[in-house]
Amino acid sequence: MELKLVSILAAAFAVSFGALGPALAEGRSVAAAMDAIARQPEASGTISRTLFVGLAMIETTAIYCLVIALLLLFANPYAG
Amino acid sequence: MGRSPLSTEVLFHLGPVAITSAVVTTWAIMLLLVLGSWLATRRLRPHPDRLQAMLEVVVMGIADQIREITRKDGRPQLPLLGTLFIYLVTANVCGLLPGVNAPTATLETPAALALIVFASVHYYGVRAHGPLGYLAKFAKPKLIMLPLNILSEITRTFSMMVRLFGNVMSGEFVLALVVALAGLFLPIPLMVLEALVGVVQAYIFTVLAAVFIGAAIGDTEAA
Repeated sequence: MELKLVSILAAAFAVSFGALGPALAEGRSVAAAMDAIARQPEASGTISRTLFVGLAMIETTAIYCLVIALLLLFANPYAG
Repeated sequence: MGRSPLSTEVLFHLGPVAITSAVVTTWAIMLLLVLGSWLATRRLRPHPDRLQAMLEVVVMGIADQIREITRKDGRPQLPLLGTLFIYLVTANVCGLLPGVNAPTATLETPAALALIVFASVHYYGVRAHGPLGYLAKFAKPKLIMLPLNILSEITRTFSMMVRLFGNVMSGEFVLALVVALAGLFLPIPLMVLEALVGVVQAYIFTVLAAVFIGAAIGDTEAA
């Protein structure tokens, strides 16, 4: 019973705190890309492609937290 | 609590092989894409009609992107990456149809696609540099980087798989939750968002595959 409660709490904490860092990082990178496109509109193709790849990399950390939460909720190895 | 997103739903058995709903959806998408491509390219003309012009825009757009990313002639990689992109767009968006689950929302389909990318990166790398030349690239800046380079091959394949699965699956999960909580019309803006996320994820998966292949076939100083 306690294990279930702890797993649910841990999953919620993992997703909520795991979303903080990537959210700040993605905001910063999009702001920087907007700035760059405003300065150099002719390079917008390269900038946005690099931005998308970078965003995907940043987002991976949040997705890992989601996977940990899913493992805790649905495939918990200690839940018997 | 509903069905676990990590489990798969087995529809029937074909001998010893269990056929899941994701496999059946993938077969349907394959049939649709193959038949559609065959019908659309049956009569190609120098003066294209509307359908052919649209297809040419798609194919030329993908070829241009590949050429810009790999900084080489992108035509050898066009069949693989173009098929990957078109299949992923169809697979991610088909989850919006009623009664259909996106095959990329189960862990197995992204795993298979990431393994295809993993294998083709090494295939193109060996073909461009030869077996020894390609293996020498792993010890490139210094020999001490060898374990890290090998580790990054594995982790980037894993993260490609988990990224696609996590995005598509969480989208479907959120949609199911909103339908259960709020009823009929509220999920529509979320479904539009999901369509956008599906196309963006297909784009990211294809661009990452192109970046990895470009790094494998490119010059030694490329990352």
